[in-house]
Amino acid sequence: MALWDRLREGLRRTRQGLGDRIRTLWTGGKEGAALFDDLEAVLYEADLGPQLVEAVLSELRRTVGGGARGGADEVLQAVYQILVAHLPSPRDPWRLPPTPPAVWLVVGVNGTGKTTTAAKMAYALRQQGRTVCLGAADTFRAAAVEQLEVWGQRLGVEVIRQGSGADPAAVAFDTAQAAAARGLHAAIIDTAGRLHNKAQLMEELKKVARVVGKAVAGAPHRVWLVLDATTGQNGLAQARVFTEAVAVDGIVLTKLDGTAKGGVALAIYETLGVPVELVGVGEGPEDLLPFDPDRYVAAILGRSGPGEWV
Amino acid sequence: MFEALTEKLQATFRRLRSRGRLTEADVREALRDVRMALLEADVNFKVVKDFLARVEARAVGQEVLASLTPEQEVIRAVRDELIALLGERPERLKLAATPPTVIYLVGLQGSGKTTTAAKVARWLVNQGHRPLLVAADVTRPAAVDQLQRLAQTIGVAVWSQPESPAVEVVRGAYQRSRQVAADVIVVDTAGRLHIDPALMEELRRMEAVLPAHERLLVVDAMTGQDAVRVAETFAQAVPLTGFVLTKLDGDARGGAALSIRAVTGLPVKFMATGEKLDALEVFQPDRLASRILGMGDVLSLIERAEAALDRQDSERLAQRLDAGDFTLEEFKALIAQVKRMGPLSKLVDLLPQMGPLQKVKGQIDDRSLVRVEAILNSMTRAELRRPDIINGSRRRRIALGSGTTVQEVNRLLRQYEEMRKLMRQWKGMKKRNAKAPRFPLPPFPNL
Repeated sequence: MALWDRLREGLRRTRQGLGDRIRTLWTGGKEGAALFDDLEAVLYEADLGPQLVEAVLSELRRTVGGGARGGADEVLQAVYQILVAHLPSPRDPWRLPPTPPAVWLVVGVNGTGKTTTAAKMAYALRQQGRTVCLGAADTFRAAAVEQLEVWGQRLGVEVIRQGSGADPAAVAFDTAQAAAARGLHAAIIDTAGRLHNKAQLMEELKKVARVVGKAVAGAPHRVWLVLDATTGQNGLAQARVFTEAVAVDGIVLTKLDGTAKGGVALAIYETLGVPVELVGVGEGPEDLLPFDPDRYVAAILGRSGPGEWV
Repeated sequence: MFEALTEKLQATFRRLRSRGRLTEADVREALRDVRMALLEADVNFKVVKDFLARVEARAVGQEVLASLTPEQEVIRAVRDELIALLGERPERLKLAATPPTVIYLVGLQGSGKTTTAAKVARWLVNQGHRPLLVAADVTRPAAVDQLQRLAQTIGVAVWSQPESPAVEVVRGAYQRSRQVAADVIVVDTAGRLHIDPALMEELRRMEAVLPAHERLLVVDAMTGQDAVRVAETFAQAVPLTGFVLTKLDGDARGGAALSIRAVTGLPVKFMATGEKLDALEVFQPDRLASRILGMGDVLSLIERAEAALDRQDSERLAQRLDAGDFTLEEFKALIAQVKRMGPLSKLVDLLPQMGPLQKVKGQIDDRSLVRVEAILNSMTRAELRRPDIINGSRRRRIALGSGTTVQEVNRLLRQYEEMRKLMRQWKGMKKRNAKAPRFPLPPFPNL
């Protein structure tokens, strides 16, 4: 299955009900207020959040004049364009700095899939012929180090570790240093999940980011926030606090193979300017894909690609 | 956003509270803010709609609008409906008549099943049970290790079978529970997508071997609108008996709980409130209701105020303030009313967690109120009515009489003066604008 088909398959499930509803909505002869009401429900259920929903709807009203007239297709086309405009243009997530090693930090709240994402990143870089190592800096959660090691063995990637309960900054430092010493292209450091409202844990994370800079100049080169697509409006608070603490510059939207849409990512880009660059669509190592805003919105709205409704 | 929202709701309620009479339009306006609050809290869109329809039916009734405190009735209607929806009282685990009781924990990946399994086991130990933890998550790398570690930490028996499918693990677990005389079996299962038929089938096969008494869906408090679909699909595949809300130590509002409850009718049984293994509590509907609305326990505060304040006194005071008479007598009456509500430091604790008043927490000295009262009690009636006659000599006498110092008397008079200015401003505002609040915020003296 081609990668995009895989995502589409995931997103197809996502929009089950959604796309159908839009279609019945459009073909059901609804118009005006009723049409807007249903569209509102669709946007809310995608977790865009009240502020963005209102913004999108008022933009839409301006564009199509209150929905009083204009065919369903016209309205859908307009929503599509508005949503795409609320997303960043795609960038190559695998770009690395000219001087190796690149040091990447993988951060986020508990249970979003950081460890799996770190492993998938290592796999993707390896597939591109890059050399890479993983750093097991989640020394808090029981057996997190083991989890990453299992991945390391599966992928044939070295995992830099210390014991459970070790200082995460020390592990991160070791990882960055090891990558430099071995002349690798990249070091990917998995950190412990932490709720963003726990100040001392955020301080710990700042220290990790500071310390890797001492091992490799300019590190961390990328700080990835791993965001679970099932997350609701709290995602915005997560992104804000993590960005303040460690300058997050890219989001990995995970678990998009479920039915959740992760629409809060739009709100995050809107308010913080941090773009989604990668999406997780499954449990296999290959299930990490560059984010394509066009297809993402199309799939959410029940359309397979520009110009053609499913 | 969180803070802004809390403040907004408070402002709306304050605005409502300050109006003499509420119209239906006022109520609808406040409910629009409640709607935003619920949506921001990730309550499902449709659930919000139904919920507000019910609240509105109650809140625009003539009884409410005609009551002396309509705004409080509105708030109460919101809160009551919220609690009614969340479940009136905590629901306990149902234990089997003949042990062992079998509890399955199911849910999406990353919702916190493994940690919750250990927490439930720990909670059971505290309740005098002998649980056996079962590591049936054979999918996620090292999940078994994780549960073993956690079990060791809390000193609970754990069963695992390396390289075995989950069905075999639970088969072995039953025998093991006999050997270790466990009366509750807590099964940690693999995280699964609700739309994955193979894994849902595996759950059913596990149950064929080891039938459950409780099937708890573990739900992350940060979950968005999708919570409804997840819960519905899980409930269709396995007959759930309730759910556990995790990661409530974050700042998510946990509106997902409301959605799930509304859609499935299942009770929330536990809430996980921290990373430590004893951070699991029996679910308290009223606490989550306040959290979802971001209101702190403003409602208890209102209840307390209602209980303490003499309505007639308040009305009389309000009338005099309306008339622009704000002498030290009114000041004194206000302080007496505030005092009747209980220690200030406790009152402040009831305020919203993130509200603007949060800063003053821990800085309030209840004794200062006593001193203020002593000073006021040492004044003559003439002084209370005409504070401008209080000269240096009177100040010395008042200080002496109240056991305070002239500085403290001065400070109090300054505070009174500031408050009087505020009152006057507000009165001017009222003249220009009939909609201005009838009564300003409770003028807590700046102690």
